[in-house]
Amino acid sequence: MDKRRISLVLNHRPTELWVDPRASLSEVLRGEASLTSVKHGCNVGECGACTVLINGETFNACIYLAIWADGKEVLTVEGLSDEEGNISDIQQAFIDEGAIQCGFCTPGFIISSLPVLERDEVPSRDEIRRQIAGNFCRCTGYEKIVTAIQKTARARHGG
Amino acid sequence: MYDFSAVYIPESLEQALRMKHDHPQARILAGGSDILIQVREGRLAGIEVISIQALDELRGVTLEDDGTVLIRPLTSFSHVSSDPVIRRCVPVLGEAVDQVGGPQIRNIGTIGGNICNGVTSADSAATLKALDAELEISSVGGTRRLPYAEFNLGAGKVDLKADEILTGIRIPRDSWENTFGHYIKYSQRRAMDIATLGCSANVRLSKNKRKIERFRLAFGVAAPVPIRAFSAEAVANGSLISSELIENIAQAALKDVNPRSSWRASKEFRQHLIAELTRRATRAAIEKAGGTL
Amino acid sequence: MNVGKPVQRVDAFDKATGRAQYTADLCPPDALVAKILHSTIANGKVTGFELEAALAVPGVVKILTCFDVPDRQFPTAGHPWSTDKKHQDIADRKLLNTRVRFYGDDIAAVIAVDELSADRALRLIKVTYDEQKPVFTPQDAMQPGATVLHPEKPDNVIVRSSYEIGNFDEAIRESGLIKVSGDYHTGQVQHCHIENALSYACIRDRKIVVVSSTQIPHIVRRVCTQALGCSFADIRIIKPYIGGGFGNKQDALTEPLNAWLTTQVGGRCVRLFYTREETFVCTRTRHAMDFHIESYLRPDGTLIARSVRAWSNQGAYASHAHALVANAINAFRMMYPVGAIKGEAYTVYTNLPTAGAMRAYGIPQIGFALESHMDDIAAQTGLDRIKLRKQNMMRLGYVDPVTTITCHSTGLEECIDKGRAFIGWDDKRNLYASQTGPVRRGLGMAIFCYKTGVYPISLETSACRMVLNQDGTIQLQMGATEIGQGADTVFSQMCADAVGVPFDSVRATSTQDTDITPYDTGAYASRQSYVSGMAVRKTGLALKAKILEYAAGMLDLPPDSLNLVDGWIVSSSGESLIALREVAMGACYSLKNSVHISAEETHHCTDNTYSFGVCFAEIEVDIPLCQIRVLNIVNVHDSGKIINPVTAEGQVHGGMSMGLGYGLLERLVFDPVTGRTLNNNLLDYKLMTAMDTPDLNALFVETDDPTGPFGNKALGEPPVIPVAPAIRNAMLDATGVAVDSIPLNPEHLFTEFRRAGLIAGGEN
Repeated sequence: MDKRRISLVLNHRPTELWVDPRASLSEVLRGEASLTSVKHGCNVGECGACTVLINGETFNACIYLAIWADGKEVLTVEGLSDEEGNISDIQQAFIDEGAIQCGFCTPGFIISSLPVLERDEVPSRDEIRRQIAGNFCRCTGYEKIVTAIQKTARARHGG
Repeated sequence: MYDFSAVYIPESLEQALRMKHDHPQARILAGGSDILIQVREGRLAGIEVISIQALDELRGVTLEDDGTVLIRPLTSFSHVSSDPVIRRCVPVLGEAVDQVGGPQIRNIGTIGGNICNGVTSADSAATLKALDAELEISSVGGTRRLPYAEFNLGAGKVDLKADEILTGIRIPRDSWENTFGHYIKYSQRRAMDIATLGCSANVRLSKNKRKIERFRLAFGVAAPVPIRAFSAEAVANGSLISSELIENIAQAALKDVNPRSSWRASKEFRQHLIAELTRRATRAAIEKAGGTL
Repeated sequence: MNVGKPVQRVDAFDKATGRAQYTADLCPPDALVAKILHSTIANGKVTGFELEAALAVPGVVKILTCFDVPDRQFPTAGHPWSTDKKHQDIADRKLLNTRVRFYGDDIAAVIAVDELSADRALRLIKVTYDEQKPVFTPQDAMQPGATVLHPEKPDNVIVRSSYEIGNFDEAIRESGLIKVSGDYHTGQVQHCHIENALSYACIRDRKIVVVSSTQIPHIVRRVCTQALGCSFADIRIIKPYIGGGFGNKQDALTEPLNAWLTTQVGGRCVRLFYTREETFVCTRTRHAMDFHIESYLRPDGTLIARSVRAWSNQGAYASHAHALVANAINAFRMMYPVGAIKGEAYTVYTNLPTAGAMRAYGIPQIGFALESHMDDIAAQTGLDRIKLRKQNMMRLGYVDPVTTITCHSTGLEECIDKGRAFIGWDDKRNLYASQTGPVRRGLGMAIFCYKTGVYPISLETSACRMVLNQDGTIQLQMGATEIGQGADTVFSQMCADAVGVPFDSVRATSTQDTDITPYDTGAYASRQSYVSGMAVRKTGLALKAKILEYAAGMLDLPPDSLNLVDGWIVSSSGESLIALREVAMGACYSLKNSVHISAEETHHCTDNTYSFGVCFAEIEVDIPLCQIRVLNIVNVHDSGKIINPVTAEGQVHGGMSMGLGYGLLERLVFDPVTGRTLNNNLLDYKLMTAMDTPDLNALFVETDDPTGPFGNKALGEPPVIPVAPAIRNAMLDATGVAVDSIPLNPEHLFTEFRRAGLIAGGEN
């Protein structure tokens, strides 16, 4: 099928890509864009391992057509580090709290935590659970993931 | 890569309707959270699709001059939930669709897609039935209106002709004014689940809050399609609030339903839930309306 | 010392930044795509294929069927190979199978240039079968005249085993004994690691190179040689980071077929990525087991005689076969090793997806049965649940009469006391004593014991290699694998302490490559920190000795007067003499005496030890809604010395979560007629989401096990064991309803509550 050109802001950088209209965004991100933090765990929007942020909202990139990203701002975990490679507070919290085990679901969880971190107040553990309920983890029981997100929120709100 | 034989990408509703007219076999792709999965599974492999995802004119919620809440079909579940008009006029609908899947699914899934699939477990369906919603359906030939009550023709079948697209969901003022609703989704998990049963009730009470002036009750998964429970409503309408009444409503609801046994749940369990959720949803709606039991 | 400290995981940064590379991230983009055609019957024979339409699909390179594969059966279990024929794993499958034994069996493979073409071709292949009636339960499969799955086992029983300690029949003659019996059932569940089973393979340097998400690269290599009939030199397995395994990847899964497929296309790279649906059905599952337990006890609670009979549903292929239920009936004996005890177990083929290893290997099954049974005893006799257990449980110094495994350390009693205090057992028990409403609360607990590694049932062996860099830092190479549990981190901690260098001086090679990294059987049986950890310790000491010897030459001092502490060569009085950095530099570049210092040791482990623990749970049951809410839950573990408190807690949390799923929601559902798996996806298979998971509490009682390399013993698997029975016992406490099978999902509770009269039968 003929490829179509899409323009998007990918990890803060204006980007043009030629994509097959049948391609999922996750395929394009992992392939052409070499952003392999976006993982495939089910390919049908159930596991959350391919979660990306599009215009500030979380989406499963595996059930999002790449052509739909035209004109959008897309963020993956690769875009959370700054130009000099300094990682973000939420990534550091995942490391510090031991919220990472096999690591396969980790990028998806980090992306899913971003909207709740934008709120005006420190979310409760249950509010955090609700925000990450679309991401499965089989290693951690979510315990330290919830803690990492809450600690980051606390730090952002001045401890 | 999704196995589509053609992808049509309209830039306006007008163009979308034209494409649907020219390619009646093509499926409308809204959020895709249902169709794409079926393509991946192979059930819909090889289909043609018309992707209307980018048509912002089909997005958003407005309050019309006559008090009708108009929801455009591409509005995502999360936008329905957070919309100020929904929160003010029909909070029960926002609460219902806030129980769909997980955050990612609520961001991509659309309310229009949810009801056009025609599945009985759709989380918005019971509430929209209980709100007596009306649908706006368009084709190149024009627009027609259809009570949502008449939309579901059978399991997975809806009254959409090959050249038609759902363009609006209307909730009339009378359905929400002075009306308080409650939705209970019963599922095994608190997220990422399909309903074993969905129960949506809404009430309008008398001024002294002791009598039910109007009661509406609808279910998902209590029959092959989402349904209203008219006998239960008849029992409630005009009756004084009491524990006995709640029980009578619950028993009457069982006459309205026709749940099936499947590997997901038995008919007997669903019947048990229909009665129990009716009790709980009715009580909650009455309490929200200021009534006491 | 680094052991015992919560050092940061060595792989955390790469994983938090998305840089950690897993199999799919490494696969060349131009790899050919292989897709498997799975049978749509559960029992029968493939009689033919119509391939023309599929072959005509543009992009299809080749289609191989069960009629094309080598006529050679091979085993898949991730066991160390036994040179004794009697103990070898059962070789009962081919690369693709003509004889179909479950709905989803591998019968053909399409190789195409991309996924779309491969999928299209799959849909166009027509298969004809000669179908037979399938059997789905051990009981049915053992009936005379039942379909025979494998001709080698004409009664479908793979193994029957039994033991008797003491004289059971004599023991039960004692007068005044109380008899309690029960039947218990555990369902079939799946591992649900978030990364599916997958691999890719090509031929390079005259070798078949398979990159795979596996827990056991060296075993997979051996299995590939058996499946393909080739030499070890022909096979190279590379294991990058893996997205979880939990025992499923302790089996050869996609690798043997993938290795063969590349040989069919001239060594071109072929990828074989299972979908989630295939991972559910076509890899491995946890065995469903049935247990019949009888106990005879004195009125004071002393157990006098106990027996267990167990039936393990193996599914279509042997995989790990009888090892799991044998483990289960052994643990039945070990947990309460008093009085006369007998056990009998059957492992039986059926036409269901194959069962294999899964976290704690048969013990969650017996743990549910046995610990439910202990509460049934307490409920029927009025004995105190905790006292009954303490009175009869394994004590320090116990030597198992069958396996000889010895209790070298135990903190179980302290674990129970700690958990009891944490949950507020004594206060709440009174509070919840006489509830009658629709919503009731209850408390439950369950204990377990778990051995560490597989000795003496199987071989335990591990090798480690350390190479000293020019600046005194160390390259650590293990055959043991990091699968998310934190192995690379704790090995690095152990290495630093064994050699005498700072933690940051150690760099572990995370990727196992059978061409390069030394031999180890892999990640399973909670063995690595114990068995491979000892290999690290031995190698570390050997490396240190070599360093000291070289340093002694430089310093002109006797080697035994020196020590290596925190990167410094120190004298016997503790005085720092020279930095390791200078010694290492000298050793490498010396014009007079250049020595490249490295060490490699094998640890052949001939010991074992028990770890212990307990789960306490407080739940609320909404009877009309048939729902359980966990209000408070804690696991307390004696796993010896804790190497890293943070990763240890993580292991416990994950196991608790898996145990909650096992007890409350998870089960594979099969069509009763066709045997098709109905819930082969993450929507219909009820893995717990974050919203379903309560706060998880992990506590430890640290003992110092004399056989562990650093006083440590098993931890990875055990946390899953006691959770389901603790929940079930809390249900019994709250409602008086003893449910004897899991999961306690709503429909199941509905049936049980109706039977118990808590819910009226039939609303109409």
